[in-house]
Amino acid sequence: MSEQYLAASYLCSVADLVPGSGTAVIKDGEQIALFYLPSHEPCLYGIGNYDPIGGANVISRGIVGDHGGELVVASPLYKQHFSLRDGRCVEEPDITLPVYPVAIVGDQVVIQD
Amino acid sequence: MEDKNDKIVIIGNGMVGHHFATTLAAQTDNNADILIIGEESRRAYDRVHLSELFADKSPEDLSLGPENEYENLGINVSLGTPVVSLNPNARQLTLADNTRLSYDKLVLATGSYPFVPPIPGNDQPGCFVYRTIDDLDAIRAAAEHAKTGVVIGGGLLGLECANALKNLGLDTHVVEFAPGLMGVQLDPAGSDVLREHIEDLDVTVHTDTATQEIVASDTALTLRFANGHELTTDLVVFSAGIRPQDQLARDAGLEVGPRGGIVVDEHCVTSNADILAVGECALYDNRIFGLVAPGYRMAEAAVATICDRDESFKGADMSTKLKLLGVEVGSIGDAHGSAEGSLAFTFNDPVKNIYKRMNVSADGRFITGAVLVGDTESYDKLLQYYLNKLPLPDSPESLLVAAGEANTLSADLLPDSAAVCSCHNVTKGEIVGHVAGGCVELAELKATTKASTGCGGCAALLKSVFDTELEAQGIAVDKSICEHFPYTRQELFHICQVEEIRDMPTLLSKHGQGLGCDICKPAAASIFASLYNDYVLETKHVGLQDTNDHMLANMQKNGTYSVVPRIPGGEITPDKLITIGQVAKRYDLYTKITGGQRIDLFGAHAHELPLIWRELIDAGFETGHAYGKALRTVKSCVGSTWCRYGVQDSVGTALTIENRYKGLRSPHKLKLAVSGCTRECAEAQSKDVGVIATEGGWNLYVGGNGGMRPRHANLFATDLDDETLIRYIDRFLMFYVRTADRLQRTSVWLESLAGGLDYAKEVVIEDSLGIGAELEAQMANIVGTYQCEWKATIEDAEQLKRFRAFANSDEPDPSVRFVRERDQKRPARSEEIINLAVKE
Repeated sequence: MSEQYLAASYLCSVADLVPGSGTAVIKDGEQIALFYLPSHEPCLYGIGNYDPIGGANVISRGIVGDHGGELVVASPLYKQHFSLRDGRCVEEPDITLPVYPVAIVGDQVVIQD
Repeated sequence: MEDKNDKIVIIGNGMVGHHFATTLAAQTDNNADILIIGEESRRAYDRVHLSELFADKSPEDLSLGPENEYENLGINVSLGTPVVSLNPNARQLTLADNTRLSYDKLVLATGSYPFVPPIPGNDQPGCFVYRTIDDLDAIRAAAEHAKTGVVIGGGLLGLECANALKNLGLDTHVVEFAPGLMGVQLDPAGSDVLREHIEDLDVTVHTDTATQEIVASDTALTLRFANGHELTTDLVVFSAGIRPQDQLARDAGLEVGPRGGIVVDEHCVTSNADILAVGECALYDNRIFGLVAPGYRMAEAAVATICDRDESFKGADMSTKLKLLGVEVGSIGDAHGSAEGSLAFTFNDPVKNIYKRMNVSADGRFITGAVLVGDTESYDKLLQYYLNKLPLPDSPESLLVAAGEANTLSADLLPDSAAVCSCHNVTKGEIVGHVAGGCVELAELKATTKASTGCGGCAALLKSVFDTELEAQGIAVDKSICEHFPYTRQELFHICQVEEIRDMPTLLSKHGQGLGCDICKPAAASIFASLYNDYVLETKHVGLQDTNDHMLANMQKNGTYSVVPRIPGGEITPDKLITIGQVAKRYDLYTKITGGQRIDLFGAHAHELPLIWRELIDAGFETGHAYGKALRTVKSCVGSTWCRYGVQDSVGTALTIENRYKGLRSPHKLKLAVSGCTRECAEAQSKDVGVIATEGGWNLYVGGNGGMRPRHANLFATDLDDETLIRYIDRFLMFYVRTADRLQRTSVWLESLAGGLDYAKEVVIEDSLGIGAELEAQMANIVGTYQCEWKATIEDAEQLKRFRAFANSDEPDPSVRFVRERDQKRPARSEEIINLAVKE
């Protein structure tokens, strides 16, 4: 982790996250939806906040769950599910959200540069 | 169809005429110009349930189909002016006002008229017939000053009429010329048992009694009988049978039967090829079919004839099951066992006063008829054996004495041609087809086929056929809410209640698996809220909340939110209106009046929500729960306070109701309304709970719905005082909250309850489950723990963090763009966003 830490940028603090739910951050104009699942390994996931189906930046406000064992978030607009691990849309596999290398280091949420 | 735009005229706007017109109009290949002419001033109504007008139904309740049905189907209607003559050669009709109409095809659905025996004095004041709503209105008016009423006629209609008189509070007598009641449908022993039942209800029965004369005095009428006795009464109703209304056809020279009835062939065509006849006015195979189901079959055959399809009416079974004065009576096929060599099984229960008889063929192999009095539980099964000529089981007596489940015929025994629902003519084969086509919900099957939506008598058989077929096709019906819980919402509700589970991790670890999902999480959140009314954004609940609950606002298409403050009953002061205006101006919100008498403010960024709410709360507003599956609005009219017609204070009651139930979380949204008089300006009959003022209090309606699946509410209870009204609503809503499926509105829930509306009435009004007090206590807890969620939110600094667009910036989402239209903002469309970017 220490190498990663050296090559990473600060996004927000762990206290800014909501356990079991999502939070959005913005980095160089890009919107990232962070999901914090304290009982999972890894416990933090970052995917694109833009829902290309609904056409709005809302993914961080979706409900997190599992779908056949895969961690997913349901878009709050039209409820399509996106994988937290690879960003792929369950209902429309041609659509994939970007995935971001985020991690928790101490009490900080960081992204690898 | 021979020609496009054929002019089809229907004479008679009764049940069968109505069925013909709507069926024809709904044919996709039909381009006909349809006109239906009714003699009565009312649109077609349900004549079968006429006596309920004296119980709890209004004339509107009896109307067939929605009010605008004809308009929607493009059917023209003429009401209140009878047709007086028909000229088949010129294909022309003349109405009583001398209007002349021409037709290409004419359908006679003139029905029947009541037979009044030729008794001297039968036409004086105080003598009535029983056929139309107007007849009933006249009887009702006369009954206001009457103590005693006599029905002449002890047949099916006579007893139905006796029920009506009894409902009017009259000391009721039935006078029958023949030796027994319902002599056509029942054998003498059955007749006797029915008589005992009816006499137990304080209706006096005079059989073998011929009325010779009716003599009027100043104050009453006296019936003089052939046996020398006399009976004095205030009013007399003749209900001694019906005669086909064939006068028009007769005058026009069409062939009629020796005892009346317009002669038709199996295509319902009369002796004139351009004229058809259907229903009780038509005579097929020398028989009149005086029941509604055969009438409908004739109407369908006539539609097929008009549309050049080959479908025929070849008679119909006249078996019938009904409740007369609350007594169950059934008659199947050859009830009297008059066929040669016919054998009879009989069963008598002198304690409960039940009589059953089953007639079998001389070889003992088939049922030929049956009589049931006092208990018709075995009717459906006997009827299926009879109609389908099923061979009798080894111990045929079991068909008469079996109880409960055993009375439902095993669906395997039925051939595909068996009619499961005779009201709508749905066969087993059709049900099998729907299941094979992917239908796995009974409610969906009922909606598409209409099966069991007529008299409802086939409900148990329908379910049995449906379940058997699902099983046969290897379809397991999984009622689980989602992959994480093997339970329905109702079961989860009970689990949480009994085990006092208050959070999702506990519920998942004890009864589910995995993390949960966007189906079970909001359902669990709703259950916790209904049970415990905790603050919905508590840390342990926040991740469970659906899109709108999550931010206590309604997400719009561009990710911004709309805000709806509560305006109870739609009543608002000028100062509060000004506050809303000021807030909308300050945050540049698009404003629109909602259908629920509130104001919706659109286009707020997430971070603006707490700021907006602080201003609204400071001005005395509370959250409107527009974002929740919860009580939304209680719409009202101004009521007796202002309106010249209002009879009660509808606004005051709406305020009481809205303030009582605000914050109640439920399986789906709840919309209520209160109208101050029967003009119903608040549209309460389209609401989950509707309250309409009467002179004597409030009428309560339930299960109404607007929107995608409109449904007229059902009358639930009448003339309630304020306290009872609230008690019933408490119980009704909490029973719904406890037992409905997720996202199931009260309308669908009511229909899905086994036993439907009547069952809901039993639970709520009669407290048949003994849970009334518990439901009330549960509601009292919700009412007592109400808090405005927005007030709690803006007072909690931790919560406010959640409303930032980004955890690492105080800026709003830069991608959200608006443009102006009609002096307000609206979300920019994608091409407009590109243009805006280019300009910048």
